[in-house]
Amino acid sequence: MTRFLIRRLLATLLVMLGVSFVVFMIIHLVPGDPVRVMLGLQADQAKVEEIRQLMGFDRPLLVQYVDWLWSALHGDLGQSFITGQSVSEAVIQRLPATLSLAMAALLIALVIALPAGIISAVFPRSLWDYSAMIFSQVGVSIPDFWMGIMFILVFSLALGWLPPSGYTSPSEDFWGWLSHLILPAMTVGLISASIMTRFVRSAMLETLHEDFVRTARAKGLVERVTLLRHVLPNAAIPIVTIVGLQMASLLGGVVIVEIIFAWPGLGRLALDAVIRRDYPMVQGAVLLVALSFAVINLVVDLLYAYLDPRVKY
Amino acid sequence: MAETTVTNDLARPQRSRTSEVLRLLRYNRLAMTGVVIIALLIFFTLFGPALSRYDPLAIDMSARLQPPSLEHLFGTDDFGRDVLSRVLSGAAISLKVGLIAVGISLTIGTAAGAISGYYGSLLDEVIMRFMDILFAFPAILLAIAILAALGPGVGNAMIAIGIVYTPIFARITRGSVLTVREQVYIDAARAAGCRDRRIMARHILPNVAAPIIVETTLSLAFAILAEAALSFLGLGTQPPDPSWGRMLSESRAYILDAPWLGIFPGLAIMFTVMGFNFLGDGLRDALDPRLKQVLEPGRRE
Repeated sequence: MTRFLIRRLLATLLVMLGVSFVVFMIIHLVPGDPVRVMLGLQADQAKVEEIRQLMGFDRPLLVQYVDWLWSALHGDLGQSFITGQSVSEAVIQRLPATLSLAMAALLIALVIALPAGIISAVFPRSLWDYSAMIFSQVGVSIPDFWMGIMFILVFSLALGWLPPSGYTSPSEDFWGWLSHLILPAMTVGLISASIMTRFVRSAMLETLHEDFVRTARAKGLVERVTLLRHVLPNAAIPIVTIVGLQMASLLGGVVIVEIIFAWPGLGRLALDAVIRRDYPMVQGAVLLVALSFAVINLVVDLLYAYLDPRVKY
Repeated sequence: MAETTVTNDLARPQRSRTSEVLRLLRYNRLAMTGVVIIALLIFFTLFGPALSRYDPLAIDMSARLQPPSLEHLFGTDDFGRDVLSRVLSGAAISLKVGLIAVGISLTIGTAAGAISGYYGSLLDEVIMRFMDILFAFPAILLAIAILAALGPGVGNAMIAIGIVYTPIFARITRGSVLTVREQVYIDAARAAGCRDRRIMARHILPNVAAPIIVETTLSLAFAILAEAALSFLGLGTQPPDPSWGRMLSESRAYILDAPWLGIFPGLAIMFTVMGFNFLGDGLRDALDPRLKQVLEPGRRE
């Protein structure tokens, strides 16, 4: 187990290094001069050269990358080209909003997907099963931005039940924060639920067809006890994996929903930075989300190896 | 001695694999629904502009924000443009972007996966670690970062989506190649003097085609969704071209007064993606030999 842990940690570190390199190189492939972007197209050439030397843009790319990486490891992701604000500060400020949206969406997804998937597997080819499958197929096909717009139309503009957009800090106004959170969380959560329902159903069906379940039934165990004591604990292993992977993908998947609902998260920060060509901010936001993604995937892998003794390491 | 007639399965003519797959697909109602939806999409892509009464780009301010009517079946937008014509034109853009983006990822991903799986060792490690790095990014964020470098536009969106989906094809191809390369016929081909390129093209790739075909169909669904998302964010198709995602983005300002501006493009995206998903799932069931015994009704007698 220790060897497996060390191997996975090393692999994740390599991936994180690779991610940081790709993020750095993508931005530096942008045509045009980043200093001119900062100072404006009409800036004096001498001033542009001075700033370029000051910021180190005249050095080889690899040297710039190592320097940037070293600073990033110390928590310094540079400064915004547009506002001059520290990128680390801006990114840390936005992280709680993205995390709260992702967690709320995951909760909604679990509340729907777990019972739907389990009932669907336990009663195959029933109305429940067909409904769950239709929900799953339709949900996966609906664009999240369209669902968000329809929710705003129905619940905010037509019925007036919930605010259409915006954000309130939970420390300032908890109920205000919650009312603003519901629609974006439902938008992301329902789509995530449709994906997870399929996996929960599949995990349950596979476990229901295992020999030990047949043995339990043959021994005379009532169905309820068979399900609770034998099927669910074993089906939980792949389900936990899927939940973990969904959490990781939710971090990046909330980008568009943050735009629609004016939710001040990392995704919106990244997009605003792209539009304004604020490259350090793009780097910082994308890097943080990608690294969180890698860390969550690592935790899921380790959890899976821990929960399932059949996994050989 | 009474004669007995024995029905021998071997006397039944052997079907080709393709006709077998098509037969299994025909029995799958959802897959057939997907085929119908995709056929409609292709039909509207080819004949939509000829069939629609209005030019999707023609502005008519006297007819702005009209609700659906016999005159304009899907209503008009804030520039008086016919929404139905724009939805039909959007089908062409979505299909084009989907096909080219998936074409890019299929070509690069399959080649990388085949080389990685066939040769193994250090080459395999390098290629797969690079794919792991790409996989470490949330798809939409990676596409946004690539478009930050390349600039917005439908061509760059195709490249961005193509790059984002390349690792999936690489992984699937590599996994299948790892199994196939150990087969005896590969050894026989090598012993006969076939070069690696010929072995990969003539013996390996045709035998790993099944999962790649399934993934291609499913990826088309996600590519169309991704194009709509990027256009919604202003990074994909640029105005005045009628992309479904762009239309949804523009509809937000009028969503209460003119909800049809958001409903019809959204439904178009949903049904198109559903069609490719249904077909992809159906192909997966038809191409998986383990499910043949379950799916083939002719055997029940």
